[in-house]
Amino acid sequence: MNPHFSFAELNARERVTQLLDPDSFCEILGPAARTVSPHLALLGVPYAFDDGVVIGSGLLQGHPVLIAAQEGRFMGGGVGEVHGAKLVGILQRALQVRPAAVLVLAESGGVRLHEANAGLIAVSEVMRAVLDVRAAGIPVVMLIGGANGCFGGMGLIARCADHVVMSDQARMSMSGPEVIESSHGVEEFDSRDRALVWRTTGGKHRFLMGDCDWLVEDDLEAFRGLAIELLGQSKVLTLQSLLEEQQMLTDRIVEVGECDEAIEIWRRLGVQSPDQVAGMDVEQLRVLMASRGEANS
Amino acid sequence: MNWQALSLALFGESHAITRTGDVIHGTAQLGPALTIAVVGTADHAAIGVETALAQARFVLDTVASHPGRPILLLVDTQGQRLRRRDELLGLNRYMAHLGCCVDLARRSGHRIVGLVYDQALSGGFITSGLMADACYAVPEAEIRVMRIPAMSRVTKISEDLLQALSLTNPVFAPGVANYVAMGGIQALWSGDLKQGLLDALAAPNTVDTRATLGAERGGRALAASVIQQVLAA
Repeated sequence: MNPHFSFAELNARERVTQLLDPDSFCEILGPAARTVSPHLALLGVPYAFDDGVVIGSGLLQGHPVLIAAQEGRFMGGGVGEVHGAKLVGILQRALQVRPAAVLVLAESGGVRLHEANAGLIAVSEVMRAVLDVRAAGIPVVMLIGGANGCFGGMGLIARCADHVVMSDQARMSMSGPEVIESSHGVEEFDSRDRALVWRTTGGKHRFLMGDCDWLVEDDLEAFRGLAIELLGQSKVLTLQSLLEEQQMLTDRIVEVGECDEAIEIWRRLGVQSPDQVAGMDVEQLRVLMASRGEANS
Repeated sequence: MNWQALSLALFGESHAITRTGDVIHGTAQLGPALTIAVVGTADHAAIGVETALAQARFVLDTVASHPGRPILLLVDTQGQRLRRRDELLGLNRYMAHLGCCVDLARRSGHRIVGLVYDQALSGGFITSGLMADACYAVPEAEIRVMRIPAMSRVTKISEDLLQALSLTNPVFAPGVANYVAMGGIQALWSGDLKQGLLDALAAPNTVDTRATLGAERGGRALAASVIQQVLAA
């Protein structure tokens, strides 16, 4: 068995090289290309030679894939003009080279405020590019396991993909807790209450809700294993599939829309001991989801 | 501009647009044989799970029942609703669903025109107007992610520096002209709004050309060339 590497603790480039087959990663517009954000320099803010995102091609279990990984340690993985264009570019490239999958290792607070307008437009361009790739029958797989989570525009992009994989430590939502707290006060959302933040945005909640399709440990090999499983597993959007999504999202508001707390939602979803969820490991969560599926069928 | 005044300016009396909660929806006649579906939000609505879902419902119903009918997305939003309850329910999934529905409509042969008729802030704009074939705005529209004083507080960059740079760099400062320069807004509609809509419907635009537009207009010098470099690598 390979040694355990925490996905969260690795940086973006390490995640990419260790997720792919050894020595197979070929970076596009890497640090040597010096594709930097001109806007950060103007503002006197440190910039990065890759603008905080690593893109390229490689092999996964021998199959060609394209890959992008956001660097959470640079501006929280925020999407600016160059960063966004690199994501759009790698997705559009998929339409040319038709890989077995496009893997996106998402870690981002969303739009980078220093270039907010460019970031906002770029997020919608990435969404359209993801949906183009998806429509071409090439699966786009979101792998979310970084310490900065997947928020704002990146949370929107994630939910446009064919598959969403999260670790139980990962978080995904639209607005971050700090933004909600600063807007509506600590009574609305105490961003320092780590347990509350986790119950509201964390991987286990998203898995129990079905907002991520797969839950894994914070282990690079676990992410790799799932990415291999999902190669070629395309879920093309159709009117029928979106009508089903519409119905599910409508039912969700009816069934749990009045709940103020995740624990109450889990109880209504049929989880026997919702107050035990926080202490459960990934395997226990999977068993729980499987048993819920049987109870519903 | 409020939605009633906008509807009147666009369609005269030839429309049946109504309001349910924050969502406006209905149809209008652009000519004897041209019906357009209209959906959007009013009064700077915050986009919560219900608001996103109601718009998605309308788009899907249009695709299902009226193949090919053009769709006008009307934008007036203060951004996504900033509530813990919406996040518990998975607001990003609801909003992304709206974006996916708009995208499906385009792929199914519907022309999609976006129009910012009042205010477009932050995330509320991404999954509606910015998912259209092309998005337009009235000149008095307000588009931004964050005002400069707030941006100064968050980024710890002096307000003076941000104000000074905003005069020459459209990349962060609020303003509809900045979005035009960067290609996010195709054009401004002033004067005859109906003519603007007819022209937009006549211009084939199913490929995302905003990065190229931003480069041509000088507002986004790098995005298009970075995309090209990745494609050519």
